[in-house]
Amino acid sequence: MELTLTGVGTRLGGRWVVDGIDATPPAGAVTGLLGPNGAGKTTLLRLIAGLLTADAGAVLVDDEATGAPVTVASLPRRRRARRIALLEQESSATMPLLVREVVALGRVPYRSWWGADPDDTAVARALAAADASHLADRPWDSLSGGERQRVHIARALAQEPELLLLDEPTNHLDVAAQLSLLTFVRSLGTTTVAALHDLNLAASFCDHVLVLSAGRLAAAGSPSEVLTPALVRDVYHVEADVLPHPRTGRPVIAFTGPASSAPSDRGSSDAGSPVGEPGLVSPHCDAGSTSSSPESDRRGSSGTHEDVLATPTKGNR
Amino acid sequence: MARTESDERVRGGAAPEGRAHDDQAALGGAAEQARGTRRPPLGLLVGLGTAALVVSIVVAVTIGPAHLAVSEVVRSIAGHLGFHVAPVATLHDAIVWDLRLPRILTAAAVGAGLAMAGAVMQSLTRNTLADPYLLGLSSGAAFGAAAVLLLGVGVLLPVAAFVGAMIALAAALSLARVGGTLTPTRTVLAGLAISQVAAAATSFVIFWTAKGDSYQQIVSWLLGSLAGTTWSSVGIAVGAVVVTSLVMVVGAGRLDAFAFGDTAAASLGVDPNRTRWLLLTVVALLTGALVSVSGAIGFVGLLVPHAVSPLTGPSHRRLLPVAALAGGVLLVWADTVARTVFAPRELPVGIVTALLGVPVFAWLLRRAKGAAWS
Repeated sequence: MELTLTGVGTRLGGRWVVDGIDATPPAGAVTGLLGPNGAGKTTLLRLIAGLLTADAGAVLVDDEATGAPVTVASLPRRRRARRIALLEQESSATMPLLVREVVALGRVPYRSWWGADPDDTAVARALAAADASHLADRPWDSLSGGERQRVHIARALAQEPELLLLDEPTNHLDVAAQLSLLTFVRSLGTTTVAALHDLNLAASFCDHVLVLSAGRLAAAGSPSEVLTPALVRDVYHVEADVLPHPRTGRPVIAFTGPASSAPSDRGSSDAGSPVGEPGLVSPHCDAGSTSSSPESDRRGSSGTHEDVLATPTKGNR
Repeated sequence: MARTESDERVRGGAAPEGRAHDDQAALGGAAEQARGTRRPPLGLLVGLGTAALVVSIVVAVTIGPAHLAVSEVVRSIAGHLGFHVAPVATLHDAIVWDLRLPRILTAAAVGAGLAMAGAVMQSLTRNTLADPYLLGLSSGAAFGAAAVLLLGVGVLLPVAAFVGAMIALAAALSLARVGGTLTPTRTVLAGLAISQVAAAATSFVIFWTAKGDSYQQIVSWLLGSLAGTTWSSVGIAVGAVVVTSLVMVVGAGRLDAFAFGDTAAASLGVDPNRTRWLLLTVVALLTGALVSVSGAIGFVGLLVPHAVSPLTGPSHRRLLPVAALAGGVLLVWADTVARTVFAPRELPVGIVTALLGVPVFAWLLRRAKGAAWS
């Protein structure tokens, strides 16, 4: 699905929790939505899903029939639910459900008014695709965290979506379950936007990343372009080195500690290559600096990368 | 890039060799399981439930101070339905057709309606404890009815009960939402508060106006009683159940979508707010009609959905009809107990359902082990 965000913003209680996002997550690829807690990731996913209405700008998708861009908010609910599936971060059921019944919920947008599903193999196909057929008769309550996520994915697949929105899909999963889940999502070839906390997971699994900071887009691009020590410091307030993975060549972020208050010109020195040189930069090496204001903390780093569109403090001097 | 290669590697590691790559076999296996018998087929459940309800009604009609035979009951009913059967003695015919049958049919309809109302409310509020009684609808409806009966407010009884139920519902949900979202605990607390307010208002009206016989009559009716029901009660209760159940069955798919909450429902193409208000209004309508014929009968709406859901699963297309039949059977027998154990005195049926309700409630708590209430 072609997805374009133009100046998307929304207010909650008078505050812009998402503000002026312009982005084009590539079709058929996995886009990581990054940013610290409260940066607006969940809100942006809900805007893309059409569950919230944008107060500014628009989320555009291609119209099924004509291919022309239409706002996601203008799609009829059921038709939208057949094209866009959202997996929430936390979800619990009040009823004792079997796994197959959870997956069958994904067919709700296809059911006729008396409840008949036009495609009665869709649930079995979704279970098989998510490699969860063996769980079909298990009670939902009895599943492990990884199995639950797999079943949630199967439910989303039963919607037969063209756009998959995942909110922290790897939360509470062990490493093996995280890797197998994201590998599986990649193998689907469906346009996916996934909010992720773990920068290294994002670096190794995403084709494209969007970094949010206080509701604004701080950076967008490929992981190796975007995930630089300067960006990590600006957005997450953490010192980090970025190394190339010895086998895949993708960036690996090695955190070294909370951001020091010292001004640093490392941002610009790293600009040319996203791969920092370990050993040359240590987090506390700039001792002797006198300034400790947050402004100066951010000063040297923004604006030197083309991909760093806006830092939280726009008023950089 | 090494994407596909690493994909294969991780995938192979995550799943036993062969399964991930043999979609056909997995599909066949899943389809086979889909036909499995973990939940009995709906036709079987509805067939058994209907048979149980019909047998319960006929047998319950035979029970009472004047003992009747099943054959007499069947012949009397058949005769009134226009079949040519051997006639029944006039007195027995009158007992069946004018006294017991209307009461028992009303009990069946009220039980069915309360069970469906409970099931719908539990799903919409995502609260296993929700039922018309607990959320204050019944008390609101009872207040509306008491206002008509005792204060002489000039509207029809079912209309007053519906308005009372609707006001109580709106008040409970607004109160639950004050300063937060609609969580199960807040909903129950708000319902409890509204229920108490409505009960206090009703008590005040009774205390202020009712005297002697009318006092006892109204109190017995408030506790839930099917005494004095007529064919017009049958008409109101059955009519309300039939009309509202059509709406509920059409909305069944939308109710299913609430299993994982409002956001999940919205992402499945359901408007959570519109659906909630529409269906809760229907429930208030149903509760108003039922309370106007039977008073406020507790526990049926709470218990029946829990009792049948292990058989039906969460799909409302299965849950609602089976709960309705089970609720009908339950209330027919509860009312039979209420009018016979201390004959010639009658207990309000609400007392019987409450006595039945507590042990089932304890069993539910045991089974849930706190999980559903967390």
